[in-house]
Amino acid sequence: MDRSVRSTVWQQIRPGALAAVQGLAVALLSLSTNVALFALSVVSLALIPALGIGFALFPAVTVLVRLSLTAQRRLSRWTGAPIASPYAPVPAGARLGTWQRFRWVVSDPATWRDFAWLIPGAVTGGVCLLAFVLPAYGLEGALFVPLVLYLTIGWYGYGVFWPMDNLVKAWLAAPQGWLILAGGLAVAHWLVWLHFRFAGFFLAPTRAQELALRVRHLAATRADTVDTQAAELRRIERDLHDGAQARLVALRMSIGLAEQLMANDPARAARLLSEAQETSGHALAELRHLVRGIYPPVLAERGLNGAVQALALTVAPPVDVDVDLDLPGSPPAAVESAAYFAVAELLTNVAKHSGARRAWVSLVHRDGVLRTEVGDDGRGGAMPDAGTGLAGVRRRLAAFDGTMTVTSPPGGPTVVTMELPCELSSRRTLPSSGTG
Amino acid sequence: MRVVIAEDLALLRDGLTHILHANGHQVVEAVADGPSVLPALTRHHPDIAVVDVRLPPTFTDEGLQAALAARMQLPGLPILVLSQHVEQLYARELLADRNGGVGYLLKDRVSNVGQFIDALRRVAGGGMVMDPEVVTQLLARTSGMQPLRDLTAREREVLGLMAEGRSNAAIAGRLFVTEKAVSKHINNIFSKLGMPPSDDDNRRVLAVLAYLNS
Repeated sequence: MDRSVRSTVWQQIRPGALAAVQGLAVALLSLSTNVALFALSVVSLALIPALGIGFALFPAVTVLVRLSLTAQRRLSRWTGAPIASPYAPVPAGARLGTWQRFRWVVSDPATWRDFAWLIPGAVTGGVCLLAFVLPAYGLEGALFVPLVLYLTIGWYGYGVFWPMDNLVKAWLAAPQGWLILAGGLAVAHWLVWLHFRFAGFFLAPTRAQELALRVRHLAATRADTVDTQAAELRRIERDLHDGAQARLVALRMSIGLAEQLMANDPARAARLLSEAQETSGHALAELRHLVRGIYPPVLAERGLNGAVQALALTVAPPVDVDVDLDLPGSPPAAVESAAYFAVAELLTNVAKHSGARRAWVSLVHRDGVLRTEVGDDGRGGAMPDAGTGLAGVRRRLAAFDGTMTVTSPPGGPTVVTMELPCELSSRRTLPSSGTG
Repeated sequence: MRVVIAEDLALLRDGLTHILHANGHQVVEAVADGPSVLPALTRHHPDIAVVDVRLPPTFTDEGLQAALAARMQLPGLPILVLSQHVEQLYARELLADRNGGVGYLLKDRVSNVGQFIDALRRVAGGGMVMDPEVVTQLLARTSGMQPLRDLTAREREVLGLMAEGRSNAAIAGRLFVTEKAVSKHINNIFSKLGMPPSDDDNRRVLAVLAYLNS
């Protein structure tokens, strides 16, 4: 066969073959563990009256059930619609063997929905075996195995002919085999898909569980945000206290002294005044620096588009930054500022660590999500979890339900994509007074 | 000189007016918001306009936009832009028309009255004035790169002062050297950086800034 024809044929067969293997895996996993876990669960529940052994045993069995079903949920990725985990984290202090743990386990609806799934799951998982068995049986016929067996042992059956009593029927095993193989490969994917759709009814979080998980996530990010804000305020307070404020005190002292010396020692008074001048310059420089860290003035003046352009001009050491902006309006100020600081941090990383010569930033808003991409042609190998820089960006974004994904294979390129859900408004004006 | 001021904070507006009066200049009009800038400039045709970047009603870059618009309508009108902070982006936009008569300074610079009045005069005379902060940022970004690394410390100093828009005489005065020494430094710089030498001060500023910005 020609090479390209072979590869097209393989492309046709591949999804079915893959689904056949997946079906086998699903069947083996659910047939073996579900039934065993069901038996364990029933036994441990039955042992509750027997000296209360079940009180300790049932939570332990639940741990095993959750392990197995977590694995099964993970397999559901194969269908393209992964089933989320409904489990809440174990409360502190509820160790295995404690009464508290037992109460928590039996009051968690996920426990009983898992339990309800075990037997139906074993049944539909068993059906998934067909995804593997059908193509395998088809292959047997297609490869003339029945014919060979008929000729050697004289008695065999295949497909609709049981037993095959003449050579014609033995030959007919091949076309039947092809049909069964084709049909098997075609339905394999749907068998696996159906199994996991059915699993979703038991294993996916209920609406209430989803909301509980969401509340937990929001509480965690809010706590993080509040901490970060408090730390920021503390830093600003310290900077003002040790910086501008102290300098203003010195300034007043110089001016006061100069005032006193004006009549008797004008030369010294003049010197003090020029000192005061210099001190005030330092104080202003510090304030400018501080303001830039709180809310960059260029962001207030030009919005995110302009501010990112301005950033690209200040990357040090210089990197050629392509800026591709497609924002018809402005995100809310807080989101804008989060995106700005994220881009600033990432561009600093690019300039300092990547060894890149070119970088790009793109801002797009689509389907209610602000998508920011920062990429470079540097050496790659950036670790999203190493270093406080990227972790800080992630935390900043999490406050707005934003996410960050990093792809940075060794040798590059590094691409960081950030997504922030938000709506755009037409270019805003600041209602409050302010001046530049 | 006849000056138009655009500044929204009364305290600073009065301060500027005061300083200009004390130095023998006439403030023909002082406006406090963006939309009034252009009409005031077309009405008075001043020798120079001093404009704050951020003005009401939007408190964004209304003043800068008005200044850029005025330069389009009244080509060559000298404008000195003041701001609480400097941005390379704004410097670039102000220099884009290459016409001269442009200045961009931090507001703090006003406190050094002598230098501020000098800058005002240079801009009104068609010169270019860049805030040292803009130049420092540019130099800090690029100083580690070839061929700027080949410059001596003194040459780098001269390069910075050139980018701020100072004449050879002013640079010589600043560094306590002769004008001849300054032009020798400048020749060295231009040949090390591979830039065509230029006697025209404005073109020199543009060339240096463009070089540092590239």
